[in-house]
Amino acid sequence: MQASVRPALTVNLPPIATSASARETPEALAMRMTISKLDFFYGPKQTLFDVSMGIAVNKVTSLIGPSGCGKSTLLRTLNRMYETIRGARLRGEILLDGHSILAQDVTALRRRVGMVFQRPNPFPKSIFDNVAYGLKVNGSKVPISDAVEKSLRHSALWDEVKDHLHKSAYELSGGQQQRLCIARALAVEPEVLLLDEPCSALDPISTAKIEELLVQLKDICTITIVTHNMQQAARVSDFTAFLLTGQLIEFSPTPQLFTTPGDPRTEAYITGRFG
Amino acid sequence: MAITTTIVPTAGPVAGSRSFLSRLREGDEIARMITFLFAASVVLVTVLLVFELWQGSVLARHKFGFNFFHTSVWDPIFEQFGALPFIYGTLVTAAVALLIAVPLGIGAAIFLAELAPARVSDTLEFFIDLLAAVPSVIYGVLGVFIIVPLMRQYVHPALKHSLGFLPLFQGPAYGVGFLTAGIVLAIMVIPYIISVSREVLLSVPRDQREAALSLGATRWESTWKVVVPFARAGIFGSIFLALARALGETMAVTMVIGNTPTISASLLSPGYSIAAVIANEFTEATGELHTQSLIELGLVLFILTFLLNGFARLLIVATSKRGSGARA
Repeated sequence: MQASVRPALTVNLPPIATSASARETPEALAMRMTISKLDFFYGPKQTLFDVSMGIAVNKVTSLIGPSGCGKSTLLRTLNRMYETIRGARLRGEILLDGHSILAQDVTALRRRVGMVFQRPNPFPKSIFDNVAYGLKVNGSKVPISDAVEKSLRHSALWDEVKDHLHKSAYELSGGQQQRLCIARALAVEPEVLLLDEPCSALDPISTAKIEELLVQLKDICTITIVTHNMQQAARVSDFTAFLLTGQLIEFSPTPQLFTTPGDPRTEAYITGRFG
Repeated sequence: MAITTTIVPTAGPVAGSRSFLSRLREGDEIARMITFLFAASVVLVTVLLVFELWQGSVLARHKFGFNFFHTSVWDPIFEQFGALPFIYGTLVTAAVALLIAVPLGIGAAIFLAELAPARVSDTLEFFIDLLAAVPSVIYGVLGVFIIVPLMRQYVHPALKHSLGFLPLFQGPAYGVGFLTAGIVLAIMVIPYIISVSREVLLSVPRDQREAALSLGATRWESTWKVVVPFARAGIFGSIFLALARALGETMAVTMVIGNTPTISASLLSPGYSIAAVIANEFTEATGELHTQSLIELGLVLFILTFLLNGFARLLIVATSKRGSGARA
């Protein structure tokens, strides 16, 4: 499978070796996930065309593009969340640590590839129970209260909620709820964290907190984020993929994509000519 | 000229504050009054109902007082009236009905909302709505011709044979009785539970399901531990709707309960319910006290329904507070 991925990556990233971020060559980086020749269909309608890219270990990879370009669909293939939609199917290969995700048990896969959604969606339970949910479902080995504290510290929420862990999660602000959802996802210690426009329902201050958090979280997991906000992609990510009408137009180190885009369509998008 | 131009703008804001008359002219006030009238009529009808029941039962209330509720003699010839067997029959049949209908109904609703393909779910929903609209006398006929013989020949003997050591399943097998009435009621209320619960489950936000799935929950774990709890208040609502229907159902119950004012621990024994006795005896009641006792029974049924509904609402409030804030 690697053989089929490499050409795609080198085609997409020819100028890397000469760019400012030369140290980040794809060869030097281990890939947590590799997507190769991915086609995706909703019923008869194809929404992704021959997408190949890698998600580098302990880096933030962002997916950008105009509405309907397929960036959320691409994200939802990575933990097979697309399977909840009737008539959705894909063709191609997605590897997690070298093993096809399609051949794995889906619940085991989703424990390794966590997800945070567009709108904060805590369960109608206490703060503690929200974080503990995944641990209980998966049968945690460590004491649950320790794991809950650890996750809340990782998501920078601990100091705000430690004195009222048994209050309803709905009493938190939107930004706090979203960080709670991040803590909930982190509690099962995923290797990859997928975020689907996590700040689109939040105010600027909450957004800044989450962006700061994402950069810190790189140390403990690999992050893929879908965003419609190009500044956000530029601020938080190491690599950026630009999608347009279901096709991967450009996939480069973030500084390069935003300063010297390799494709005129990327340039048109990032300079605000459409999208 | 200068004066007139300055007066006109100051007159503007006064008109802009919209007097009662101008709102009347624009229709807002008319709409408010008419819709208020409609809403108020609900309260008016309820008050009138209670007033009539109260006034109509004055003789019986004075004669029997509190004894009406805890004596079990119902004798129109000697004019002795006690409501206990009817209250007992009403509560027991409703309880049996819910015991059967709640698990079946919620189970079916979960299947239709969560697991069945959309086309199957919508088709079945059509049949369920149809069932809910069948007149109760039809269910009564179904009970008399199918369920009563089945109970007499197979179910009662089988229950006595296997669980006959329990006081619940003793005595002769008539076919009619509390259990049969409960089963017919269950058949009648299941469509309500399915229909409302399915709607509530379908309205649970998609991202709640996905959040559970994304944490490695199986489909069933996300349904049972996230979607159903989220929909809990609405599911309770469907149960209370079913309870109200079961308590007040008249025709179908009259046809299968046996119409005998007895209090028996055995579910196989014939009984009587409040609604059934009112329907059976009201036209034939000759004595004033007999009529008034029947009206008082109506009052009792009203109070019973009111209390159970109030209790149910309290239950929803209490459990949703403890579950920290599901407002589905």
